[in-house]
Formats: sequence, C-alpha cells, structure tokens
Amino acid sequence: MAATKTRTSSFSRNLPAASSAQSPEIKCGPNGTFLVSSGIPDLDKTLGGGIPLGSLVMVMEDSEAPHHMLLLRNFMSQGLVHKQPLLYASPSKDPRGFLGTLPSPSSPKDDKSRSHDAEQEKGLRIAWQYKKYFGENQSNLDGQRGMILFRFIVLYNKQEFSNEFDLRRPLDRHFYTGQHVDCISTKDLPNIAALQERCTSFLSQFSRNDATVACTGRIAIQSLCAPQCESSNMEWEMLSFIRSLKSTVRSAIAVAIITFPSSLVSATFCKRWQHLADCLVSVKAIPDEDKELAKLLTGYQDIVGFLNIHRVPRINTQVPAVLEATTLSIKLQKRRYLVLECLNQAPVDGSSGSSYGTSGSCSGASSKSGSLDF
Amino acid sequence: MDSRARNLLDEALGLDQLTQSKSPLGGKAVLIEDCVETSGSFVLHQLIKRLLTATSNSSNVVLFLAFANPFSHYDRILLGEEGKAGGGRSGLFALFANITKVLNSLPEGNRKCLTIVIDDVSLIEVAAHGSSDHVLDFLHYCHALTSNHHGCSLVMLNHDDFYSSMDRPVFLKQMEYAADVLVKVKPLATGLAADVHGQMTVLNRDQCNRRGSLNNRMSNFQFRIKENSVEYFYPGART
Repeated sequence: MAATKTRTSSFSRNLPAASSAQSPEIKCGPNGTFLVSSGIPDLDKTLGGGIPLGSLVMVMEDSEAPHHMLLLRNFMSQGLVHKQPLLYASPSKDPRGFLGTLPSPSSPKDDKSRSHDAEQEKGLRIAWQYKKYFGENQSNLDGQRGMILFRFIVLYNKQEFSNEFDLRRPLDRHFYTGQHVDCISTKDLPNIAALQERCTSFLSQFSRNDATVACTGRIAIQSLCAPQCESSNMEWEMLSFIRSLKSTVRSAIAVAIITFPSSLVSATFCKRWQHLADCLVSVKAIPDEDKELAKLLTGYQDIVGFLNIHRVPRINTQVPAVLEATTLSIKLQKRRYLVLECLNQAPVDGSSGSSYGTSGSCSGASSKSGSLDF
Repeated sequence: MDSRARNLLDEALGLDQLTQSKSPLGGKAVLIEDCVETSGSFVLHQLIKRLLTATSNSSNVVLFLAFANPFSHYDRILLGEEGKAGGGRSGLFALFANITKVLNSLPEGNRKCLTIVIDDVSLIEVAAHGSSDHVLDFLHYCHALTSNHHGCSLVMLNHDDFYSSMDRPVFLKQMEYAADVLVKVKPLATGLAADVHGQMTVLNRDQCNRRGSLNNRMSNFQFRIKENSVEYFYPGART
C-alpha cells in the first residue's frame, strides 16, 4: 500500500544540530518528533517519553491550590539545568524573584535510594509490558517496544535527560542570571500584544529553518487570564494570542507551557482554549480529611492533589493515545521530591458496597464514578 | 471508484453510490463535529486520502484551508499523497477571493472535482475575532459553491462542545442546518478504551427521491484509528 511508495513530499524537516546522540536533553520520539523533559520523570513516562518539540502544554489550574506551580517550577528548572533559554511571564510584579524559588537537581547521594527502587520497579514493569505486546501485530508498537528497551538499557544515564528536583534546595544563581533568561510581568500590560511580541521575538531564535540553532527554547506563562491582569477581559484577543503562539511554537524548536485559571474563564472560552492545547492537563486539590477518599486510596495522607491528563500530544499522527490511567496522584516524597503515581485502590471489603474502577491496573475501558469524577 | 473495500463510513456518506459521478462527494457539504475528548480530524484525513487516491478520477483537486496544524503534520499523516493545496489567511474576503480564483483556474469540466476542506472553522472565528456573522457569511458563500452551478464539495470540521454551553448556539445550528451530511464524533460513554476510540453518528440528508419525500439516513457506529487507516464497525461487531 502506501508504505511501498517513495515519499515525494516537498516538506523536509530541519533538525536541530545538537540532536540525538550529541545532546542528552533531546531524545527521539515516535513519528519523527523529538522530546524534551517536563522536569518530572513520572510525567515524562506517562506522556510517552517527554514533551514533543513544538507542542503547547496547557494546565488548568485549581483555584483552591497552587499545584500548577509545582509543574511550572520543575519545567523551568529542567530547562535552566540544561542551559536552555527561558521566557517566563507571570502576573506578579517581580517575576524574576520567582526564579530564586526554583528547585535544584537533587544530589546523587539522595538519588541513590530513590532510583534504586525505581530501577527495580522498572525492571519488573518492562518485563510485564513487553509481554503485553506479544501477539499484537501493530507496526507502531515496534517503536514503543524499541523505546522501552532503550530506556531499560540506558537507565544508568537516565538522569541526563531529566532530573529529579529537590524542592527544598533552591537552584544555584548562575543558572538563571544570564542573557538567556527573560521575564515579563503581565500584570500591568494594557493588552496582550506586548506579550505576544515578546514571545514571537523569543521564538524567532529557534526557527526550524535556521541551521545554526543549537538548543531548545522554553516558554512558561503562569496564570494567563488571571483577573488581576488588565487584559483578562479580552477573551477573543487572548484566544488569538494562544492560537498564534501555538503555531509559532510548532514551527520552532521550543516548548511552551501555559497555566490558566479555568474556573475563572467563561465556559465556552475554556473549551476553546482546551481545543488549542496539544497537551492538556488539569490539577486538582485534594480535600483535607476526606474520610471517603481515605478509605478508598492507599497513601491518602501523602497525596497533595490529583493530576488529570486530558490530552496527550499527537504530532504527525492521527492515532490517539490511550493511557492506562489518566488520573495520577501528586505526592511529595519526603516533602522534597515531586512524584506522580497511579492511584492505588485500597482493598475493598467484599461485603460492603461497590468498587470504583479507577485503579492503576491496565484494564481497557474503565468507568470513573463517584468522588473521583473530574 | 476503485475496488477498495467499502467501509461503514463510505456507505453512510453515500460514497458507494457515486461511482460514476465526476464529483467525488456529490457536491455535498459535510460538517464534522468533534469534542476535546475525541478529535474528529481523522475523518478529514480519511476523506482527503479517499479523494486524492481515487483512481477513476485522477483530476480530483483538494483545496485545503488548514488553520489547525502546519502542512508537515498532514503530510506525515497522509504519507506523501499529493494534491494541490493552498490556503489564505488575510481576511475572510480575501480568503474567499482566493478560493474563487483557484476554482476559476480549473478547466471548465473539472470544476466539480474541487473539494474545499476546512480545518477548522473555530479558528476562522478566532481570526475574525469572534464576529460569527462574518464567518457565517463566509461559510454560506462556500456553501453556495456546492450548488448545481459549480458543483464543488465542502468538508468542514468544527467543535461543538463549546457551543453546547451557550444559551442560543446560533452559529452551530446554522451550520448544521446548511450541511447536507452531518458527522458527529464522540467518545464512548463508558470512558477510554484501547480497542474502540469512539463512536460516530452520520446523518445524511439525501435529496428528495422521485416521490418527493425526504430520505434521511442516520448511521451509528464505532471506530478505531490506526496509523494509515480507520476501522469502522457496529458496536460489538469488531473482528
């Protein structure tokens, strides 16, 4: 069929010079994409290895808890540790001050205890996943199989692509005091055009057509459309900005993340924003002292919130990604390390009521109901 | 057409009855609606592939107005199928002028082979800063091209989940009214599944038959998307 035809396309992909073997910060993804780390190894794993270059990630905030900041911090730190230029916009008056709160990569001494467990677990998980693919004859799984083996083999060097960040240790100053880090405050901007211009000029350094580009750019926009910003009422302008940012990022060697207070944007516009995202996640706070949830989930005391993945980036392919679990729990291990885990259902007493379907197993169709509905 | 196996979508769209017709989609306007959970762009890809690989009619032309993704994305998905594609962005009026220019540049007999594909309409709204009247006018003009005089076909993708929360979703209703074929793509009510990616409903408003009564045909089936093709099947009937 089409597989035997030679491609006569006029579109050629200009790859960054420092790709694949040269720089550890980028690795190959499926369908000719390249991936960078989100700064959270568990999230990278769930998204299929990392965030594809050119994607727009949108995070729907929960107005009751600042968990989106955990995602932002790790994302920004990962970029800075890899010396990737960063553009950060926030509604605070002094966005540069925020950089001092970014986490530092954890020291190897702390890492050992965690990665040892992870390594063992991975060993088991890989064997199990590999077995699952026997007997299926889908060609796209070869790529996945290859990726799993790749991860297993280079586990020792895993830290190069993505780091574990210690939230209690701030990042060294030399990482963010440099020309490559730019900050904007969106609070007093009269309209969105100024932000749009800064983003466009920042991204022009990372055009795919330019063969001299050697690194990846990262854009982090915090709380777009927050009510304290003057421009938050201009809904169509905001939408237009996101639309143009999305297309500019797509044609650049860059990744952008935008967090926004979804409950404060009108319902129709919230949906429009969601449609524009390549990767859409939402964070939710966990109610304190919820006895129902405590009975339902193991490790309830350690969970600070939930991360729900609504859409996984699918660039260059039409096949949707079906995740084993779309809801992950956000935990702070030892109050220092951000960990995302599948929800583990506590054993249900056989004599009492129904069981909920949202456990970490790999069953196909799962029905979500009750208090874990999002 | 060629001897490719008919699938449920072809039947639902009435493509199997158009074997001898020059116009690939029969001069119809097709509206595809999807939502955040399940994207309907695979229907667009399948239709474009169908149009560009029809061996009986090699002069099919697709005018692709792609606002949602860069061409490299579609190129990769369609695996190098070639076709004349173009797109304009500077104002709706200029956009329509471009479309008519392409249409007029085709030889007279081949005008019915033109299919205009729009991905997607909500982005035209963004470009027009929300003035849905202008966008509707533009779409009505495009729809007029599907009349007997020109005989082009029109395929549009839109998202209906943001209109459903409005009190009077006028824009959506007008588009649904104007379309000859309505394809709605939804996720399964029971949640995610690796084997079935969603379900679709196709409403095909045929012309009046000889006795003057309308033949509306509604089909409902499920689908699973693969790299190069899509499987369609009735619920529970997947082999």
